[in-house]
Amino acid sequence: MFAWLRDHGIIERNVILMGVLTLITVSIGGLVQIVPLFAVETTIERVSGMRPYTPLELRGRDIYIREGCYVCHSQMVRPFRDELERYGHFSLAAESMYDHPFQWGSKRTGPDLARVGGRYSDDWHAAHLRDPRALVPASIMPPYAFLDRPLDYSDIEARMRALRAVGVPYTDEMIANARADLEAQARPDADPAAFQGRYARARQAAFDGDPTRITEMDALVAYLQMLGTLVDFRDVTPAQLRQP
Amino acid sequence: MPTKIEKDSITGTDTTGHEWDGLKELNTPLPKWWLWTFYATIVWGIAFVIIYPSFPYWRGTSGWIAREAIVAEMAEVRAQQEPMLARLREATPAAIAADPELRAFAVAGGRVAFANNCAGCHGAGGQGAQGGYPALVDDDWIWGGSLEAIQHTIRHGIRSNESDEQRQSMMPRFGADGLLTPAQINDVTEHVLSLTNRATDAAAAGRGAEIFAEQCASCHGERGEGNREFGGPRLNDQVWLYGSSRDQIAAFIRNPRMGVMPSWQGRLDPAVINMLTVYVHALGGGE
Repeated sequence: MFAWLRDHGIIERNVILMGVLTLITVSIGGLVQIVPLFAVETTIERVSGMRPYTPLELRGRDIYIREGCYVCHSQMVRPFRDELERYGHFSLAAESMYDHPFQWGSKRTGPDLARVGGRYSDDWHAAHLRDPRALVPASIMPPYAFLDRPLDYSDIEARMRALRAVGVPYTDEMIANARADLEAQARPDADPAAFQGRYARARQAAFDGDPTRITEMDALVAYLQMLGTLVDFRDVTPAQLRQP
Repeated sequence: MPTKIEKDSITGTDTTGHEWDGLKELNTPLPKWWLWTFYATIVWGIAFVIIYPSFPYWRGTSGWIAREAIVAEMAEVRAQQEPMLARLREATPAAIAADPELRAFAVAGGRVAFANNCAGCHGAGGQGAQGGYPALVDDDWIWGGSLEAIQHTIRHGIRSNESDEQRQSMMPRFGADGLLTPAQINDVTEHVLSLTNRATDAAAAGRGAEIFAEQCASCHGERGEGNREFGGPRLNDQVWLYGSSRDQIAAFIRNPRMGVMPSWQGRLDPAVINMLTVYVHALGGGE
């Protein structure tokens, strides 16, 4: 039936023919993967509320990645009934549009964190990170008490510029004020006007319970507390959720 | 070069016809089952791409979209639950607790909602945790243990900054803000210990009693019996949110910590809040 295919000797004996056919084959494989990416922007829902991470949240996200939180925690509520009942609305592409890299994950040793923001108090997060079993006796999460150490944010502008290079809309003003914004967010009594003007709905607090110093705990809790809180799903219409 | 294809005498299989220094290669065909499974996956893959939304701008011939499927499924589930949820939404917690059918439903549904939303802080069984996470299984209530009080707390939260009707109280930082001297804090600590008969220095406790009457009694009660209107916890029992030792009490007076509970109104369906109210009330300490 496919006898003619067995005569690949013709191709094997002609280096130019083999080169051309190889190129065609590799091109098909490449195009099938690359061409859809040109349309990836169209998959991002036009919902309101998304903003880039604040400098403190951004450092928290870096710590989240550094500590490998994604190894046990996903950040994607899938469109299944059990997930919606437990975590809330399924995740949108728009909700990770400023994530480089995204933290969707495929393994859940711990619960999904896509909508963990605001579900617990700052105190709870700090206490739970320091000693998970003090609050959840059955937890197998390792303790992260060492995060109570000063946060290094000397290179925060460079981190923001790097993200801007891959498409996160940080403005010059945001980058110029990165240090001040980071410090303002970690202090509940800091003047909110300028900071809130740049980052809508960002919360200022002593995330680790101590307003006098800025720690890695501050950054990580600030990040956890904003997860899933930006898009208000009461305003989202079915038409917006429809991807082309 | 395929020059001479011959049949191998041992296996009965054709050779490829290649020969290198007398070595010949068997041309063993792939097993038929494997080959046809392979072809089937190719056919399946093409069919899948056509039937389902597999590329941008291609919706597939089936019209099936995961998001719309789950929205429809949830709508169907909600429609099934709605008659009962509507009754739970409209009834007061007291009416739910009085109706055996509604109560059974509320306790079962409340258990699930509690495990998902409340257990992180209050423990899987409502046992609470040291460090400011109150137990819900006992009859020691900071903001009240009646059905109405529990419902209000769940709806609006405590120091949540998410609702105008939140439970709000603020203990002054007597040490950190210099309202009391270290000696006075020591005396008040001694008096607080005396409320549970644990004082070791009667003179200090006596001095502390005066300071307590002035600074603490308005929220914690004259005898430390607590005040639910202001959320002042009871001090004359064995239930301590942040530790009962002398050092822990003194440290707390110097620099108090105050717990935060989110407002669940807006996060949860009012029917679920009612179910949680009845469930928490039924945990053991409801009034």
